[in-house]
Amino acid sequence: MTVTLNPLYRFDTLVVGAANRLAATAARAVAESPGTVYNPLFIYAQPGLGKTHLLMAIGHAARAIDPAVTVEYLTLDEFVEAFHAAIAAGHGEAYRQRFHDVDLLLVDDVQFLTHRREMQAELLRLTDALQAANRQIVLTSDRPPAEIEALDERLIRRFAGGLIIDVAAPDYETRVAILRRKAEERRAAFGAGVLEAVALLDIDNVRELLGALNRLIAFQAVSETPLTPEQARTLVGGDTGSENGAVLPPAVPAPVPPPASSEFDDFLTEIAATVAQQVDAWREKVSAAILRWQGEGFRTAQLEALLQQEMLADPERALREFEEDVERLRTLRAEAVALVPDLEGSAAFRDPADLAAAQEALRQAREEGPPPPAPSPLWRLDDVVETSGNRMVLEALRSVAGDPGARYNPLVLVGGAAVGKTHLLHALGNALAAHGGPVACLSAPEFTDELIEAIDRGTVAAWRARYRRASAFLLDDVHLVAAKGRTQDELFVLFNVLVDDGRQLVFTSAVPPAELEGVETRLRSRLEGGLVVELPPPEAAVRERVIARDIESKLGAADPALAAYVAARPAESVRAAQALLQRVLDASAERHVAPTPAFAREVLEDAPPPSRPQAGPASGIVAPGAGATRSREKIVWEWPQAGERVIEEWR
Amino acid sequence: MSLVNFTAREITCKIVYYGPGRSGKTTNLQYVYGRVPESRRGRMVSLATQTDRTLFFDFLPLELGTISGFTTKFQLYTVPGQSYYNATRKLVLQGADGVVFVGDSQARRFDDNLESLQNLQDNLLAQGVDVRQLPVVFQYNKQDLPRDLILSHEEMDDALNFRAVPSFPADALHGAGVFETLRGVSELVLKRLAVGSPVA
Repeated sequence: MTVTLNPLYRFDTLVVGAANRLAATAARAVAESPGTVYNPLFIYAQPGLGKTHLLMAIGHAARAIDPAVTVEYLTLDEFVEAFHAAIAAGHGEAYRQRFHDVDLLLVDDVQFLTHRREMQAELLRLTDALQAANRQIVLTSDRPPAEIEALDERLIRRFAGGLIIDVAAPDYETRVAILRRKAEERRAAFGAGVLEAVALLDIDNVRELLGALNRLIAFQAVSETPLTPEQARTLVGGDTGSENGAVLPPAVPAPVPPPASSEFDDFLTEIAATVAQQVDAWREKVSAAILRWQGEGFRTAQLEALLQQEMLADPERALREFEEDVERLRTLRAEAVALVPDLEGSAAFRDPADLAAAQEALRQAREEGPPPPAPSPLWRLDDVVETSGNRMVLEALRSVAGDPGARYNPLVLVGGAAVGKTHLLHALGNALAAHGGPVACLSAPEFTDELIEAIDRGTVAAWRARYRRASAFLLDDVHLVAAKGRTQDELFVLFNVLVDDGRQLVFTSAVPPAELEGVETRLRSRLEGGLVVELPPPEAAVRERVIARDIESKLGAADPALAAYVAARPAESVRAAQALLQRVLDASAERHVAPTPAFAREVLEDAPPPSRPQAGPASGIVAPGAGATRSREKIVWEWPQAGERVIEEWR
Repeated sequence: MSLVNFTAREITCKIVYYGPGRSGKTTNLQYVYGRVPESRRGRMVSLATQTDRTLFFDFLPLELGTISGFTTKFQLYTVPGQSYYNATRKLVLQGADGVVFVGDSQARRFDDNLESLQNLQDNLLAQGVDVRQLPVVFQYNKQDLPRDLILSHEEMDDALNFRAVPSFPADALHGAGVFETLRGVSELVLKRLAVGSPVA
């Protein structure tokens, strides 16, 4: 159930003071551009300090800016209730979809997530989905996420990834402003100093403050004379902790004569408030700057350290210097990104306290360009299934991984399509990366494409340097450099540089080096000069283990019988066997049947081929159409029924 | 003088009560003195003639204690009102962080008020102080006198307060308006702490 936004809870009715200025600023930023600045925004504060007001104000402001924005506000309890109701009614997916389509989701009181694992998981999923779709989520709680008992660590991290901000108790000035604003709203007028006297009392909770105001209004309504500050203090001060509805004092309380020093005490209190406000104004400025620069992705440890100081002689200067450093970072980053686009999000350009790192990153970018492409981290040598057929190849790989550049240099893996060459190449690349230094691992077409781009940009020297500093160079499908003269030239020179320096080279090829066509002899002979190993087609055992692993990852449980059946089906490669498994799983999902071996048999052996055309009702003879077998012969799929047969007499 | 000493963590405000002779400047200080606990006040120094007229100046140091980590001290001064003590007035005015102009509300002192105000502006100008930048408040004293003898708050404002700075009606002898005035000038002075911006 979604609660309508309270029309009174808007930004223009929010009294902003030092205690809630940051939260209000962040909330406004979120309302102005939901999903882009602080997502998720997590606001926490003690009860009665305006969390719900801020939350609803975001909703109102976002709608005012763009009426098409969909806003949903609800408390966590409502969120939970709605979820349970939806699950009970079998509409779980519709429930999720409802929130996925919301532009701005406002969830109040999430501290009640304590020990609700199922709802935590739901909220985590929802937060991820909303973030991925650039939709905004704002949450409030009475404590920071880390203090919500038994809260999923992943949720804490998600919240920390946005902005977590607190609202403190209002200071004296804010209390006065709140009282004045509320008195005005209630059309209640008080004598000079009355509201100020109440604000001086130790009431930190805004709700209690408004309760005190209610008392004043009620008292003044039955009193013939206007309230004096002293009377107001007596009226409210004696029972500050009680809520609305407290027993009213006598209609005309006895005047309380001020003690001799009360004037001085009042004076002192007000001066103290003014001094505190003026002296601590720099904190507000620095905090606002932190919020701003963090929002722009810069590290603000320098500024945060300033807040630890008791006094800052010249905050303007500190902020100006920080801003100058940020500008320098931006300039450095712009130049570096022009050279190496991958540096756009680099952490080296985020810390104004470490300009040296940014300068170093720029220097590297100027000299070397980006690091060479690394092997895919998904493939590991340890995960490769060892069989009698590939044992020798694996031995060679392990030997190279154990002592790169020393024994088999280059190493050339030869094999047909889908026998696992690329898999092994990347797995070896990862093993070599463990020795330190950048490992270059890419395919021959990628190598050629990069060269062309470097020629186009006039950055060939930087491109070369990028590969020459690699600790190992692994090139997939080297046979594809055939007839690419410049690529072969570059590869030849690179080969010599790296081998001379004792760095490892590994290639994969569809054919043995001696049979490479369109490749210069000098390169071919160098490939032959290392160790050339041939990868056999995968054996049934390998296939079965790969299929078994696929089944486990896709179904969540092992099924050896199904794996054995699928692996035993005729297939040219592991990839083809994996395609068979996928066909079984797709059919299983479509028909809502468990993927048992019997079902797999039905799908792979008994069912007609997917493209099989239906027989015609009359003759059962189908003439080949467009794209069918180009044959003059008719194809008979089913014989017609006896009654339908036409027997012609041949003469 | 330095208003805020960040090294010594000290705030010192010098506030000068200015105005024509017998307008009630010393009375203001005496009332404040009477309301400040002994622990908070220093010795009030008053150099007066035998007829209780300020000969040189009154000086009342107030220790407001530690506020936001700063030892906060107020120094209240009065100047001799009589026109022939102008050298003394200049001396006292030097380094003032704020000024309370104590006007005499009696209609017959109208010209004395104007003359004293003009004198204040001249003396500030001579010291290179722009009166528009200095925190100044007006106190219209003796508002307890019969209505037909005095000018009202509004009339005094019309006559003297053409910059529309804060102004306070007062009966310094009985204390009415004394602390309000002090608070008014103090807030203006303290608001310059953070940024040193012009006072509204």
